[in-house]
Formats: sequence, C-alpha cells, structure tokens
Amino acid sequence: MAIGTLPVTTTARLSLRERVSELLDREHILGPLFVSPAFILILLLVAYPFCMAVYFSLSNAFIGRPSHLIGIKNFINLWDSDAFRQTFQNAFVFTGVAVAVKLVMGVALALLLNQDLWFKRLIRGIVLLPWVIPTALSTLGWWWMFNSLYSVVNWSGIALGIMDPPGPNWLGQRYYAMTAVILVNIWRGLPFFVITILAGLVSIPKELYEAAQADGAGPWARFWYVTLPMLKGVLAIVVLFSTIFTFSDFNIVYVLTHGGPINSTHLFATLSRQIGLESGRIGEGAAISLYLFPLLAFVVYAQLRYVRRQVN
Amino acid sequence: MTRRAFRRRVLMHVLLVPFLLFAVFPFYHMTLTSLKTDRELYDRGAVPLLIRQGVTLEHYTKLLTESMFLTWTKNSLVVTLLATVVSLVIGTMAAYALARLKFFAVGSFGTGIFVTYLVPTSLLFLPLAQVVNWLGLADSKWALVVTYPTFLVPFCTWLLMGYFRTVPKEVEECAMVDGCTRIQALWRIVLPIAIPGLVCAALFAFTLSWNEFIYALTFTSSSDQITASVGVTSELIRGDIYFWGQLMAGAVLGSVPIVILYVFFLDYYVSGLTAGAVK
Repeated sequence: MAIGTLPVTTTARLSLRERVSELLDREHILGPLFVSPAFILILLLVAYPFCMAVYFSLSNAFIGRPSHLIGIKNFINLWDSDAFRQTFQNAFVFTGVAVAVKLVMGVALALLLNQDLWFKRLIRGIVLLPWVIPTALSTLGWWWMFNSLYSVVNWSGIALGIMDPPGPNWLGQRYYAMTAVILVNIWRGLPFFVITILAGLVSIPKELYEAAQADGAGPWARFWYVTLPMLKGVLAIVVLFSTIFTFSDFNIVYVLTHGGPINSTHLFATLSRQIGLESGRIGEGAAISLYLFPLLAFVVYAQLRYVRRQVN
Repeated sequence: MTRRAFRRRVLMHVLLVPFLLFAVFPFYHMTLTSLKTDRELYDRGAVPLLIRQGVTLEHYTKLLTESMFLTWTKNSLVVTLLATVVSLVIGTMAAYALARLKFFAVGSFGTGIFVTYLVPTSLLFLPLAQVVNWLGLADSKWALVVTYPTFLVPFCTWLLMGYFRTVPKEVEECAMVDGCTRIQALWRIVLPIAIPGLVCAALFAFTLSWNEFIYALTFTSSSDQITASVGVTSELIRGDIYFWGQLMAGAVLGSVPIVILYVFFLDYYVSGLTAGAVK
C-alpha cells in the first residue's frame, strides 16, 4: 500500500521516475518483481534440469547420440546389475548407520557442551571445524590416514596393542572400506548435529529441570522425561536433514574409494556419475540418480507436514 | 566454586577430550605430513605422529611452483566471490518479498524455495551438464558462477527470511509515514538492521561454494579452469605414485581461506548453522 506518497489523482503530471516509484510501493507489484530473479533461476536451473533428468531416465540417451524414449526400462533393467543392487544396499547401510551414530554422538556431545566449561568458544570452534573445511580436501587427509602402507590409524592401533600388525587394509577390503567411508561421514556431519541439538538444549526452560528435581527425578530421569521430549522437534528436523544429505553423499566416497573395492562402497551419486559420465550411458545414469527421489520426496513431505507445523 | 562442582567440571573436560581429538586429528596429521621431509615420510620405522628429522617447506614450494595451484585458487576465489554476491542480491530480494509483502502465490513460492533448498546437487549434475553445454559454458569456470546460485539462493533466502521477520514492521512503517518509499525504507532501515543476517548468509554462501565439489568436478576439467578442491584431488594424483607431502600441502592451503574466515566469524557460523535447520 502507498502510505507515504501522494495519491496519483491529486497530482496532474507525474514524472516517469515518480510513477515507477509509486508502482514499486504496491505490494502486489513489488512482491512478484523481487521474487522473479529467484523464480527464473529455479525454473531454468533446477526445475528444468529435473524434468530433463526424468526424460533422460526414460530414454536410451548416450553421450553424443540421438535418444529414444524406452519407458521405464532403465529403472527395471538396473535390478539386473550387481553393481546397482550392491549400491542400493550400500546406500541404506551407509545412511542408516551414519545417521544413527551421528544422532547418538550428537546428543552426547551437545549435553557435554551445554555444561559449564572453561574454554567454551575454543571448544565449540574445534567441534565445528570438520564441517567448515572443504570435504574433498579433508577426505584426502583421511585417505592418507587409511593408506595401506603408512596408515597412521594402523600404526596407532598397533602401538596401543589393539591391532595385529600390519593391521587391516582399510580401503582394499569391503567391510573395512564401508567402515572407513561411514567414519569420515560421521566425522564431517557430527558438527551439524551437535550445534543444532545444542541450540535446542539451550532453549529448554530451566524451571522444568528445577520442577523435576523437586519431584525427586535423578539425572537419568531428567534426561529421559524432560530433555528428550523437549528436544523431539529439533531431533526430528536434524535427522530428516541429515538423512537427505547423507543418502545423496558424493564427495567422501568419490575421494576415498571411488566406490570400490568391487562396488562395495558405491552410493547412488557416485554410481550415477560413473555410469552416466564416465561410461556415457546418460539414460541409465539419470535413472540411478532418480532412485534418490523417493526418499527426498518423503523427507520434504515430512518436513512440510509434521515439523513445520510443530515449529509454528 | 565448591570442590564437588570443580571436580564435575574437570570430568566434563576429560569426557570431551576424545571428541576433540577425533575432530582435530585429521588436520593435525595433514599439516604434519605436509611439513615432513620425504625421507621421514616414507620411513616405515619412524613415528608418524611427530616430526623428528626436521621441518621442510619443500612440499609447499613445489606445490606453488610446479603445479597450477595458484591458478586453481584464483579460479576458486573468482567463482566463489561472484556466486556469493549474485546469490546474496537475489536471495535478499526474494527473502524480503516473502517475509514482508502480500502478493499472489507468496505462500507456495516460499514452499518452493524450501523444497529447492533440500534438493541435493548429486540429483541434478547430469542434466545440468547438458544445460551448461547448451549455454556454451562447457569446461569453463563461468559454468560454476551460473550454477552455484541454484543451491545458494534457496539457502540465503531461507536464512534471510528468518532475519527479516525479526525486524519490527513498525520501524519500516514509520519510515514510510515519514515519506520514504518502500525501497528507501528497505535500503535505509531494514537492511542495516539485518546486517548480522546478511553477514551470516554471505559467510555461508562463501563457504558452501568454496567447498562445492561435484559440479566443479563435472563441469570443468582443463587445468586453467578448475577450482582448488578439484585441482588438488585430481591433478596432483597422477598414475600410481602419490606425492603425499605435496597432496597434503595442497589440502592445507586449499582450506586456508575458509579457516581464516572461520576464526574471525565463528559465532556467525554457529548461528547460521542452526538457523538453516531450525528457523
């Protein structure tokens, strides 16, 4: 609404400049105008590519060759491929284990950080550090730590007497490789859990704890009956966010194992890149990456329905 | 402080130690490796946790003189700065409109922004590579300037909407009663109040695009177009012989700009990280 400017009718002649600024004061004009750059960007570089991905996945597209629609053949034929079946299983193991561990460690570490500490800022800074550094580069550091000849992990394990020399070949054996990839994901994703849960902890009213204590609740009961119920909303949001970003992870696996040994650590994103770009079978690659979609859709739905309503 | 409270506090610090070691050790080990002589690095009898045979800067000088590391860093800076500025401007406009103005379909556009915010880059890189080709930007760092806003704008918009909502409406209305147009009120009143939010959004946009990997890896490949992350992970590894010292030096130097920002703006990072999820 035009609050500050004169009504148009009272002035006989308005300069162009005045007319423009008068128009910009109207919400139903300024609003769409302000939103349009973001709208166009999302339309052209998110919505359109998404439709292209769907089109590719329904075709036999190959780099540099005309393509034909072949229906949902790609999605079905993928199940004949050992690599894809392995990837499907990996994605759930990787996401399930990593998110569960991050949740438990995140709550534990947030509870510790919520105590009276001496170097609060410094400690917070250290805890958050893995999240800030470029993942591809810090994963290189982990790659070196898991090196088959010079692994510092194995050296320490042997020195402490918990590993038999020479120790496992972390990235060359399938279960160890999966463990390594999950470990790096936990390392990198934990700060997000800790900081968000900590923000949730800080917002719990102190009176609740005092009341519980007056009723004779011990530390464990206070955690179980006050802290956890009050954190429910925050935990739900964090888990939903992390599930999406863990499930669609690319960087860690690409740098650490390239999906190997024998596809045992491939995730949808890395397999999709290998098939779609390195082998040139775009149609198949797009179909693989679209297997991410059902979970994404579920998380979006859950966020919009359940969590948003709770927060509001 | 009572004796009991003191003991409890010490115990909390002790319990924190394993977590802190876990967080910091990879960086310690990376830095250490980058400063070791090759002789000590590949001596299997040496203790990998320490430097005993002297510190050397050889890996760093080799990285800077024998590889194109400086070009990669320059590319990263150009892409990151441009993408950040563009996204911040577009995001601020959209966030203000969504937080303050009433117009057609404002609610569904807000939802659309939130949904886009959740779409992972690994879902779209294949078709985006085609779009980049059509735009004539194949194997060019400009492809990254164009595509990074796709994940930065939703993030900035989401974060700034939260900040704009905390600016009291009355402040803005007062200015408009006093004769400001809405744009002037936004520019002179709302934006200055929202500066912490803008700083936070800028920092996150900078960090997210500096750290971006899959688009950079997919859309660029020539040595003079790639970013630091891609350069270090792909160009420094040739064949089966790895130059670990140089590789770790690259990983350390490639993280330096972010670490500097981080040290100065830690509190913004903390508030931004929670705002992204909770607000």
